[in-house]
Amino acid sequence: MAELQLREAIRAAMVEEMDRDEDIFLMGEEVAEYNGAYKVSEGMRERYGERRVIDTPISENGFAGLGLGAAMNGLRPIIEFMTWNFAFVAIDQIINNAAKIRYMSGGQFSFPIVFRGPNGAAGQLAATHNTSVEALYSCFPGLKVISISNPDDAKGLLKSAIRDDDPVVFLESEFMYGMRGEVSEAEDYTIPIGKARIAREGDAVTIIGHNKSYWRALEAADMLAKDGYAAEVIDPRTIRPFDWDTVIHSVKKTNRCVIVDESNPFASVASEVAFQIQARAFDDLDAPVHRVTAKDTPAPYAKSLIEYYMPSAEDVYHACRQVMYLN
Amino acid sequence: MAVTKKRAVATNGLPDISYETIETQLTFRHYPGDRFTHSDLGLSVADVRDMYRNMLLQRRFEERSAQMYGRQKIGGFLHLYIGQEAISTGSVYALKPGLDSVITAYRDHGIALAVGMSSNECMAELFGRVDGCSNGKGGSMHFFSKEKRMFGGHGIVGAHIPLASGIAFAHKYREDQGVCICYIGDGAVWQGSFHETLNLASLYKLPVVYVIENNEYAMGTAVDRAAAETDLFKQGVSYAMPGSLVDGMDVFSVCQSMRDHVALAREGQPSLVEIRTYRYRGHSMSDPGKYRTKDELEQKKNEDPILRLKSYILENNLITVEALDVLDVEVKAEVSASVTFADESPMPPPEAIYEDVYTQKDFPFLTH
Repeated sequence: MAELQLREAIRAAMVEEMDRDEDIFLMGEEVAEYNGAYKVSEGMRERYGERRVIDTPISENGFAGLGLGAAMNGLRPIIEFMTWNFAFVAIDQIINNAAKIRYMSGGQFSFPIVFRGPNGAAGQLAATHNTSVEALYSCFPGLKVISISNPDDAKGLLKSAIRDDDPVVFLESEFMYGMRGEVSEAEDYTIPIGKARIAREGDAVTIIGHNKSYWRALEAADMLAKDGYAAEVIDPRTIRPFDWDTVIHSVKKTNRCVIVDESNPFASVASEVAFQIQARAFDDLDAPVHRVTAKDTPAPYAKSLIEYYMPSAEDVYHACRQVMYLN
Repeated sequence: MAVTKKRAVATNGLPDISYETIETQLTFRHYPGDRFTHSDLGLSVADVRDMYRNMLLQRRFEERSAQMYGRQKIGGFLHLYIGQEAISTGSVYALKPGLDSVITAYRDHGIALAVGMSSNECMAELFGRVDGCSNGKGGSMHFFSKEKRMFGGHGIVGAHIPLASGIAFAHKYREDQGVCICYIGDGAVWQGSFHETLNLASLYKLPVVYVIENNEYAMGTAVDRAAAETDLFKQGVSYAMPGSLVDGMDVFSVCQSMRDHVALAREGQPSLVEIRTYRYRGHSMSDPGKYRTKDELEQKKNEDPILRLKSYILENNLITVEALDVLDVEVKAEVSASVTFADESPMPPPEAIYEDVYTQKDFPFLTH
């Protein structure tokens, strides 16, 4: 195992795949000469040249669509958005073209493309720079959505995403790029899309969290451990398709569930997960499914407010105690 | 470009100061009608006959489509290309089949038939049947053929413009010498995607030709009610792209212009072509057409590209009128056969709904 920063793990995945397959290229704002706004693609232009690591003007709709056209014509693009917030001006390309053209062409044209970049809140950036998009993109059949929480998953899943013949929305986090973690050094290390990871086993309550929320789930599990309760923590890793089997199996064991999701609450990932749990494991539930999400407001700027806006470990801890009837 | 220092008094309410002017000369190429003969283009009589037959096929196919729409055999929207056939046919004669790519918007039947998609697969698609070119999943606006390198049929105005540059990007990346022609309507010029993409195409020197089929109306909005600059071919200037203006009612003018622009693209120079044309039918089947006069429509019908080519053929004694009549009968029979084919093709079964969404065969769709 090697200890890598999250950004290094993402870069390692791209480099390994680009070494393997000439059809893969990286395109986005500041990815080449500047070495990446968050230094994810540092050194890649030197390695591959301007033919395969390509800076773009600030035209997300244009270069997202250009990537899709290249995919239709046989290439395997990686399109970096500086943040997913900036992809809203390209959303027609992702929702209408990436997700639907394969279907409308009767399966003739596929889109082996990865759209990647940081998602969700990143501090005092105010409302437009702090959006969580996983629920939004998961609404659209045709897309796959991955949201990673650690360097090992980032590498294994990004390699799988690049190899996948369907369009993948790959969600990272500005806050986690510098996070260090052990990454498998296995040759050609991939993690299958659509498989959750049971990060910690337990029997008292199931806590589900992806991306940054995974870490809040773990912190809450630590707090519960001090109270003498073993929480089971699951990182779904892939949002679409979601690994229902792992989650339902866990809930049938613990009989209680809290979902942590930094999206706004309405029609969030937590909404769908809670629905599926009640549909598939109603008789096994000892308490209503609870969720901890961002507040039902735009993200605020003030430090006091953004901290209040975001799900905290304490919020998760208290939600767990509530479903365990300990409050 | 020349920068000239001038000592003069500004007018129009601008401050009374000395200023400099920047003078620049713009040059565009013009391809008017009746300028080129088939011999100029190196076309044989057989080529001219094939062009005529292809345009006629588009016309008859769509006339029958309109009829079938009236009989509710076809659902949704049906946008007819009637009047614009010289553009599809003329431009396809500038391409290398099997190498070059085309992509268009929702008025796509003409291009599809021009690149050699069959009447059967096209009519079956309109009928929403399994033998349709998109398995009945796309309908009128979404004809696709990977085999013919026809990249769609796209229903969102302007959304396919970046795709075209991506297709061209892949041609360049693979160094296969292929080019992409992207057809857009005059209305799509005012989408942001047009401007973002023209810049990208020019910046990356992509082998792409953007063709504005200016049929004078974006749905019911005349060009001069939507465009501050009605010479749409000038839009490339900001993106350092050559531009041309073409008479779209003359198939030879279209063909010559597209050969020139495709040649530019093959050398890595993207460009913009405005082809002025006219659609004789409404925007779609529900269009009352109150935004234009009957006189205007009748006058434009005198410029009909098919009648024009027919006159050319007869005046130059290339093909006899009897032989042209035989062609007409042949084309009508082909279209009639396509209607029978479409009618006999099965509707997709319910389980087909989950097919073609993903390449992954066992994707776990939510079913409750």
